[in-house]
Amino acid sequence: MTKAGPILTVVLAIMALWYVACIPMNVQETLTAAERAGAVVTPDNARARAEVGRFSLMLQNTDTLAGSWSVERARLPAPHQIVAELWDSTWTEEVYGRRGIVNSGSLSNKSLIYHGWVTLSATVVGFAIGAGLGVLLAVGIVHSKTMDMSVMPWAIVSQTIPIVALAPMIIVVLYSFGIQGLIPKAVISAYLSFFPVVVGMVKGLRSPDAMQLDLLHTYNAGQGATFWKLRLPSSVPYLFTSLKVGIAASLVGAIVGELPVQRGGLGARMLGGSYYGQTEQIWAALFFAAGMAALLVALIGWIEARTLKRMGVQA
Amino acid sequence: MSVIEAKGLNLTFQTNDGPVHALRDVNLTIEKGDFVSFIGPSGCGKTTFLRCIAGLEHPTGGTLSVNGMTPDEARKARAYGYVFQAAGLYPWRTIGGNIRLPLEIMGFSKEDQAERVKKTLDLVDLTGFEKKFPWQLSGGMQQRASIARALAFDADILLMDEPFGALDEIVRDKLNEELLKLWARTEKTIGFVTHSIPEAVYLSTKIVVMSPRPGRITDVIESTLPRERPLDIRDSAEFIEIAHRVREGLRAGHLDD
Repeated sequence: MTKAGPILTVVLAIMALWYVACIPMNVQETLTAAERAGAVVTPDNARARAEVGRFSLMLQNTDTLAGSWSVERARLPAPHQIVAELWDSTWTEEVYGRRGIVNSGSLSNKSLIYHGWVTLSATVVGFAIGAGLGVLLAVGIVHSKTMDMSVMPWAIVSQTIPIVALAPMIIVVLYSFGIQGLIPKAVISAYLSFFPVVVGMVKGLRSPDAMQLDLLHTYNAGQGATFWKLRLPSSVPYLFTSLKVGIAASLVGAIVGELPVQRGGLGARMLGGSYYGQTEQIWAALFFAAGMAALLVALIGWIEARTLKRMGVQA
Repeated sequence: MSVIEAKGLNLTFQTNDGPVHALRDVNLTIEKGDFVSFIGPSGCGKTTFLRCIAGLEHPTGGTLSVNGMTPDEARKARAYGYVFQAAGLYPWRTIGGNIRLPLEIMGFSKEDQAERVKKTLDLVDLTGFEKKFPWQLSGGMQQRASIARALAFDADILLMDEPFGALDEIVRDKLNEELLKLWARTEKTIGFVTHSIPEAVYLSTKIVVMSPRPGRITDVIESTLPRERPLDIRDSAEFIEIAHRVREGLRAGHLDD
């Protein structure tokens, strides 16, 4: 594994930086906790310390900083605290928790597995809609000059609107039609994921060169045959690249869609954590989402490798 | 019987820098079973003329008939197979699949397709490579597969646009020899664009020398070589004399500039 070395080096570097950053980030909370435990801290009350800069606090209290990596509700929780939270809110919660799947027969609404599932289902539905729509639009754009000139600019404009501004409106509008739950989130996911698919597919469908098109012309092939025999197979590598971008965007869309609603999902979990100062909960949800995204992208990569192999691409 | 007949053919491209005369006053008759080479420097319109015959470009003046039809009608009647400079095989199709491509588009039956693939693979000496993918073949073999693809639907005209231009000379010699054998076996009419004087003289029954700006025919040489041509015919006095005449024709075209 020649890949593992560089990756591991970067991870270790980030970890080292993270642990160092915990000291100044958490210095107020660390000193307050140390004071409660009976240590001598200068200045000797939290109000006075709030007036002093982080780095001078660190310099004045070099002996009492050991607690920087075990503070509760730290501004920046240490990586091991996040890992512990991840473990607690998945395995421990489901296996030992009163509401966990072992004791209650259904997933606990305090577990990341439950919230991850909520997000995942919206992501997958949204991605399917977005990718399908993206492919259809691309086919239209490639075959119709009118669509090329009318749809493409709007597709680009659509991506310039911040999704955080648009998401609540989509939810409210759909709610007024009695649609709530998974569908509004899937719509937001689709909104984000159709774009890379359109762009990639248009490029892919247009990738055959003039010679290839001339060759089909000499066979007197129609648009249909040109599409199925040449354009579509040529676009496959482009399609998979866009699908990888698209599925990651779908996950972001689903999470953003969960922020205003607060009915479960990793987005709700992150916002909930920030309401109650549960930084570990936010970070745990964040890493869980990142892990999910990585798995989804890897899954598409796996399908891509299999498809290209079947299409005879040299390994 | 004349298969291709051009009378006073003109083609002018409108470009941003003004009109470009790609072809001016081209008159040519190609008989059935001829092997006609078009030779000349870049920009002399040899490829453009071949593309006009194929209905890929449309002349702006004069008449051009292919099998007694307009080039577009001939194209729709699948009168010719076209071979480009690059083999242009689909990487996602096997060699057999690539040869099957025109047959699928033209709606041949499955059994007929299989039979024709087998027959044309044999014709270009690629038997046994049906299930291989293009990247598993050398450049020369890929170009042979692309010739097989052009032959598969039994058009009686074969148009070839510098088909061996990207290959090295050793492979090129071998393919030239094979092409002559193939021509003798199939009795097709062949239009062949090339940059190479020896290639043109070795292959052709008729050599059309062209010159650029505007693209026009400066000489048409009827070859006196026999139809049966071993590779060493290139050392004969007759061969050298024809090559000399082609060279003279090319030089004369340049002096006009």
